[in-house]
Amino acid sequence: MSVSTQTFEYSPLSHGGLAGGGPLTVDGDDPLHGEPLQLNMGPQHPATHGVLRIKVVLDGETIQEIEPVVGYLHRGKEKTCESLGWRKFFVHTDRLDYVQPLMNNIGYAMALEKLGGIGVPERGQIIRVLLCELSRIGSHLIYLGTTAIDLGAITMFFFCFKERETLYQLLDAYTGHRMNNTYVRIGGVYADVDERVQAEIEKWVDHLPSAIDEFEAMLTGNRIWHDRNYQIGVITPAQALAWSLTGPNLRASGVEFDLRKSQPYSGYEQYEFETAVGTRGDCFDRYLVRIEEMRQSARICKQALAKLKQTAGGEFLADDRRYVLPPKGRVHESMEELIHQFKIVTDMALPRGEAYGAIESSKGELGFFVASDGTSDPLRCHIRGPGLMNVQAIPMVSKGRLFSDMVSLIGSLDFVMGEVDR
Amino acid sequence: MSTLERARAALAGLELQELPARDGTVFLQVAAADVREACRRLRDAAGFESNTFVTAIDRYPAEPRFQVCYQLLSVQHNDRLRLCAWIGGERPRIDTVADLWPGAQYAERECYDMFGIQFLGHQSEAGELKRLLMPEDYDHFPLRKDFPHQGIEPDKLYNEWFQRRFQRHEREHADV
Repeated sequence: MSVSTQTFEYSPLSHGGLAGGGPLTVDGDDPLHGEPLQLNMGPQHPATHGVLRIKVVLDGETIQEIEPVVGYLHRGKEKTCESLGWRKFFVHTDRLDYVQPLMNNIGYAMALEKLGGIGVPERGQIIRVLLCELSRIGSHLIYLGTTAIDLGAITMFFFCFKERETLYQLLDAYTGHRMNNTYVRIGGVYADVDERVQAEIEKWVDHLPSAIDEFEAMLTGNRIWHDRNYQIGVITPAQALAWSLTGPNLRASGVEFDLRKSQPYSGYEQYEFETAVGTRGDCFDRYLVRIEEMRQSARICKQALAKLKQTAGGEFLADDRRYVLPPKGRVHESMEELIHQFKIVTDMALPRGEAYGAIESSKGELGFFVASDGTSDPLRCHIRGPGLMNVQAIPMVSKGRLFSDMVSLIGSLDFVMGEVDR
Repeated sequence: MSTLERARAALAGLELQELPARDGTVFLQVAAADVREACRRLRDAAGFESNTFVTAIDRYPAEPRFQVCYQLLSVQHNDRLRLCAWIGGERPRIDTVADLWPGAQYAERECYDMFGIQFLGHQSEAGELKRLLMPEDYDHFPLRKDFPHQGIEPDKLYNEWFQRRFQRHEREHADV
């Protein structure tokens, strides 16, 4: 089942604006025509959403050459993993895509669980689904707020950040941190959800659809928003696949592919939700797909909360002493548990081999390719960030278009430089 | 038809070796010279429309030391396939696949940046194969196992820039 964004189709245009698709031709009457202008956008620029630098050559206002330059936030995460060891790298995964740290934790944990053949108890999986969907909503709220403020809708920014602030307070109450939660462990999650926190999350999830209605009232029928997004940055399904796009960007182009549906993990097959699929593949479709995804995420959250009530008191962390730390209380009483803790902290080794664990993150397919040689030193941890692919697609869609379109394009492709540069 | 059968049918005639994978993904090894041909056939005949990543594993001090891994995704068949090839030497080289899947351009640039692997024939909108994340005039390949984690002369480029800046300042204010 999928929801098509066709149902949200804006009424036919009555004005003859720029919305018409196809590459623009250079305006011959433009007094600036004929003098190529080299322009440097970033690395410090509010509309590039981080330290992204874009070199463009403009003819008038049309983009002739464009080259994104990444790497200003490169911190050598993959190398760091090799020297830190598997367990300690969890903290660093938070800092990849810093608007959805919990999802990064889960993706990394899943890769290690595949490599080690470790199972996750049912309650642990439900909590992970809940955290995933809350993170997705949080990340989409940031997309919406920042993209809207770039295009001049300043109020949207405050609307979105108000909701996001509530979400961060909930995560704070549950995990103890607003950001960089590091809450996921190999084999489950660190601690159970408190019932009061659960009730607060439920209250917020119930309220969310009405907030999304407000966002839509502000933007979906808004003439300026429509003109800046409709038929801008069109990506065809074949292009999206060839350029390795995933997630909302791929689905907005009309390809119904969602890892939660097609290659379910963490028990996603037990939840009822629909995949939002676009029809045109433009910035407006990407916006509609993300709006619909937030609604569906709220639906999944409700189901996860119901499941949490059913499994109250259940195990949320695997009982596997090769990889999972024993409870602290038992360490003080039992010699064996002390040895287990010592072994896990000092030299936890995963079996020899390679594994790839991927989740449907808010920006696309977030994958970790991990390889171990059987010792406690990781051999390789490759992070397949969806953001890098989204940045890569910028030249493909913006060449020959207006420079001002690039702002909505950068916003709608949605990337976070922490994950792009790693 | 399983993923393996489909891949075997598409790669008929090439020397293949099936490797075990901990995550159950089909994992095939081909000769380094066959990688491009194998990728082209997998794309055209086996329906792998998308490239998930291109990366390498450095198994130093073994020789050949680099295991170049390609992971492909087929949306129409909903499955994945991993392909690998071994290359070695001081200047490791392998054919590019960036013209088959434009999405592999950044992946190959990153792989070159981190491991120093030359992707022969790599052409992209940014021109020839060049570094992606590290500064363009950086001398080393950081993800190689013989590169120390604390780095080699980490401040070299900054110091050079600072020297130039200082000298220019001196020159401009020499008569003051």
